[in-house]
Amino acid sequence: MESIGVLMLIPMNTYLEQELQKRYNLFKLWTAPQKPQFIKEHANSIRAVVGNAGAGADAELIEALPRLEIVSSFSVGVDKIDLAKCREKGIRVTNTPDVLTEDVADLAIGLMLAVLRRLCESDRYVRSGKWKKGDYKLTTKFSGKTVGIIGLGRIGMAVAKRAEAFNCPICYYSRTEKSDTKYKYYPSVVELASNCQILVVACPLTEETQHIVNREVMNALGPKGVLINIGRGPHVDEPELVSALVEGRLGGAGLDVYEHEPEVPEELFGLENVVLLPHVGSGTVETRKVMADLVLGNLEAHFLNKPLLTPLV
Amino acid sequence: ESPVPLDQFLSTNARNVQALLSCGRFPINVDLLRLLPSLRLVVTPSAGLNHIDLSECHSRGVAVANAGSVACCDVADLAVGLFIDVLRKISAADRYVKQGLWASKTSYPLGSKLKGKRIGIVGLGSIGQEVAKRLEAFGCSISYNSRNQKKSFSYPFYSNVVELSANSDALVICCGLSDQTHRLINKEVLLALGKEGVLINVGRGAIIDEKEMVQCLVQGDIGGAGLDVFENEPNVPKELFALDNVVLSPHRAAFTPETLTSMREIAVGNLEAFFSNKPLLSQVIDD
Repeated sequence: MESIGVLMLIPMNTYLEQELQKRYNLFKLWTAPQKPQFIKEHANSIRAVVGNAGAGADAELIEALPRLEIVSSFSVGVDKIDLAKCREKGIRVTNTPDVLTEDVADLAIGLMLAVLRRLCESDRYVRSGKWKKGDYKLTTKFSGKTVGIIGLGRIGMAVAKRAEAFNCPICYYSRTEKSDTKYKYYPSVVELASNCQILVVACPLTEETQHIVNREVMNALGPKGVLINIGRGPHVDEPELVSALVEGRLGGAGLDVYEHEPEVPEELFGLENVVLLPHVGSGTVETRKVMADLVLGNLEAHFLNKPLLTPLV
Repeated sequence: ESPVPLDQFLSTNARNVQALLSCGRFPINVDLLRLLPSLRLVVTPSAGLNHIDLSECHSRGVAVANAGSVACCDVADLAVGLFIDVLRKISAADRYVKQGLWASKTSYPLGSKLKGKRIGIVGLGSIGQEVAKRLEAFGCSISYNSRNQKKSFSYPFYSNVVELSANSDALVICCGLSDQTHRLINKEVLLALGKEGVLINVGRGAIIDEKEMVQCLVQGDIGGAGLDVFENEPNVPKELFALDNVVLSPHRAAFTPETLTSMREIAVGNLEAFFSNKPLLSQVIDD
């Protein structure tokens, strides 16, 4: 096993790194002074790539690794992996579904409460000493607000289940209507946005879902509406989002993801109706360990010629 | 609005006053009640009753009506919001991003998963019940301590708060402030909660021994806290300002326009019922 070369693209988890180091010949791409050179140098021994939400095996990398057999992503989203190319070359792809569903859904609700009830802003208010001079203002009730979900997959369903405990009516948009659910379906995102007060992005990022939340959707959501993005930054037209918030056409936003992480539009920093998180959807000690074990398990299964645990391709 | 001192104002003007509308903080105590010999009703717009001497009212035949359970959803929402914030570091991470620190791309410290956390609710009244219902949807398990066991709920009941604390990953304080609950959450309870334990308070500040709590947080004897209430509002112990595992809220749990409207409506409704000799909408029965 020691002679199997594994290329890790960026730092993502110390435990995973240590385990990969123990079991394989681990190449850490981020330590290379010249990345293309580094890849060329080790291409003949690299049989696996480990990436995450931030970095994946694109066409260029796949072409540069003739012995690549498997891409194992430390994430559920695989938008950074050229899946078509992998299929073409018979390269296996695994991700980490299910294990992070709850954490991401929990965070979506946390963002809703933080935005509507101004948790972060009122915490600032207390810490700055302003409470001594006067009461903080009223905030917006969360219970009973209509929640619209884009994408009723695992994460979308988990968000719905939690929101229902707050008496929130649920509606959704999906590529096709789901027959096994009681939630109200809207055939377009604009219609969904017009009929809900909190809009949550919970679908995968594909060519079709790029900018699925655009100016029209944001205007439909409106000055009292709140956008929650726990999907991928490119789901939302970011410059349009900034102007909608700055101009007050959109009531608020809770964001965990951005178009060019870790860059976040600075115009958002001073807005009290915006909560910004540094892509921590699956960021709990417990879940990251389970995700790492899943990556390790998939790689192990592959190199032992056993069935993969969570294959996508 | 009167320039005259209260006792003088009341003895001159208030002999025939039958109903008193409290503003929610002014103490309704024996000194005040003595000046209102015809008083038969006190209406408070709050859910909280700690500013009213209930036994004194009872012995004088003065009925008390509060806001009932109109605020319970908003208060429960805030309790859950504070809990998620502490576990997932939402306010701390928001500060981090808005200070421009993410650009350095050092990964943000990991939080803690909600599912499987054991929640100990102190006070299973209407607020506590709404908190329980919400947290169950996140996969948390519920236990509680209350004055009396509630037979209609199957959650495990602990008659002793220390035991509840020892068996919980988080304590959510949802009870009212009374002689029995004053400093209920003391050093023993806090140490039983433990280094990973989280304390959420949407009740009243004085239910917790604040000085002990601050010390426990500073020394790492408990894992974190989300607080909407404090012993001496609006003063907040400044040691808490340096802590990232603490989320502070300026006593706003019930303060949404919808709840304030409901509070106003129910206060008016109680007064109308009283003056039409009908049963009160939300009379406080001491049980």
